[in-house]
Amino acid sequence: MPLSDAVADLVRDGDEVALEGNSALIPFAAAHEVIRLRPRDLTLVRMSPDLVYDQLVGAGCARKLVFSWAANPVLGVTGSLHRLQDALVNAWPAPLEIEEHSHAGMTARYVAGASGLPFGMLRGYAGTDLPQYTASVATVRCPFTGEELDAVSALNPDVAIVHAQRADKSGNVQFRGAGGMQREAVLAARRSLVTVEEIVDELSPVPDATVLPSFAVTAVAHAPGGAAPSAADGFYDRDDEAYRAWDEISRDRTRFGLWLEGIRVEGTDTV
Amino acid sequence: MTTLDRPTTDAGSWTSDEMLAVAAARTVRAGQACFAGAGLPARAAELARRLHAPDLLLVHDDGRLGELGAVSLPELFGYWIQSGRVDVGLLSAAQIDVFGNLNTTVLGDYAEPDLRLPGSGSAPEIAASCREVVVVMRHRLPAFVERVDFVTSVGFGAGPLDRAMLGLRGGGPRQVITDLGVLEPDPDSAELRLTAVHPGVRVEQVRAETGWPLEVSEDLVVTDAPTPHELAALRSVMTGSGS
Repeated sequence: MPLSDAVADLVRDGDEVALEGNSALIPFAAAHEVIRLRPRDLTLVRMSPDLVYDQLVGAGCARKLVFSWAANPVLGVTGSLHRLQDALVNAWPAPLEIEEHSHAGMTARYVAGASGLPFGMLRGYAGTDLPQYTASVATVRCPFTGEELDAVSALNPDVAIVHAQRADKSGNVQFRGAGGMQREAVLAARRSLVTVEEIVDELSPVPDATVLPSFAVTAVAHAPGGAAPSAADGFYDRDDEAYRAWDEISRDRTRFGLWLEGIRVEGTDTV
Repeated sequence: MTTLDRPTTDAGSWTSDEMLAVAAARTVRAGQACFAGAGLPARAAELARRLHAPDLLLVHDDGRLGELGAVSLPELFGYWIQSGRVDVGLLSAAQIDVFGNLNTTVLGDYAEPDLRLPGSGSAPEIAASCREVVVVMRHRLPAFVERVDFVTSVGFGAGPLDRAMLGLRGGGPRQVITDLGVLEPDPDSAELRLTAVHPGVRVEQVRAETGWPLEVSEDLVVTDAPTPHELAALRSVMTGSGS
């Protein structure tokens, strides 16, 4: 299915959308299709929002962000996603609500969602300020020991969009490389789209690869280079220069506006 | 910002950031499983690996366990971090307070922030569950505050009994390594106090960069200067050369 058709079919105004990935296999091409679709009021979910969510927030597609660590991974640290910063500090181009967790919390939420459970459990939030600002955190008492633990509500996004190395013609998907929560996001979501580097007649077993069978995926789209400038193990490395270049584009509303126009009008994916 | 003279010894001169990296690397012991946050902690861990801890197992938040292979994220956070199998967590932060609590979430009010920081990442669970935590950060007044704007990761909460009351299983901050010296929790009060200054640093200088009335240990020592070997290894880490 062409990528633009798949995105248009699956993403609707007001949806909760998870474009997952870890430090690699980030679905950039699909994110840019989402920008071209111009949806409104999305809730964007992702453990480590980086450039793609900076872009979607700057483009005015999002109402809310659910996340656990937000930064440009090449520059690291503070204030390196300027569109996010602008939305949170100055409400530009629109106010952005946030719901934040730790990585472990987001992981537990996806696992619960993928497993058909209403919540996940962990220990890490005790004593932190996070629960008082995050409605999806509560405590639960262990029925066996009486111990009090942190409970986090399950994540069940309307749509999950992820990128993988390859799929076969039946839509079975194969991932390689250090994993994020891509498979859990797809299994937790109501609808899902997997973009892939290549579509082959038959998947051959690869050491360390993980799979999603076709019945667990709504749509597969062929998008070679679709994770660039992030890495796709076996196809290309991360383009650190592009991540650095994003800092200059993102820093300035006018430059970002020009970039956005390029994405929308010309359909050229520069970053 | 404090400007430090560059101390000179037979090892040549070094910067305060180099002293920080070397002092932090010395806290890591051979054979440990170590999680190191991005930036200064990762640099210190890599230096330790090249110096005295070649068998250090670096646990990464994408699931890699050193060069042994990778585990899934649910496995990483559950089986490895939350269970207490990571010996030492090296963490940094935008703010630290007198009880070693760390803020990587927000400066100013949460709803109307002055500056939005990256957020929690893996730090809360590392701080909760690792056997011990070493904090690695530059010692500057805006970062060393009496009370952090947001508790992202718990040090000792508000006192020596808090970790136990909260059910946190890890030991909490053992040391705070800065570019001026070393702070350690007082065993009775859990408040951070100065236990070492780096060569050429005066106690008054450290106090001037600390936002609470800083106690000084009776046994205050001066950190050993970086050796030529340590500096050479560090500089190879910085330039990405060597192995």
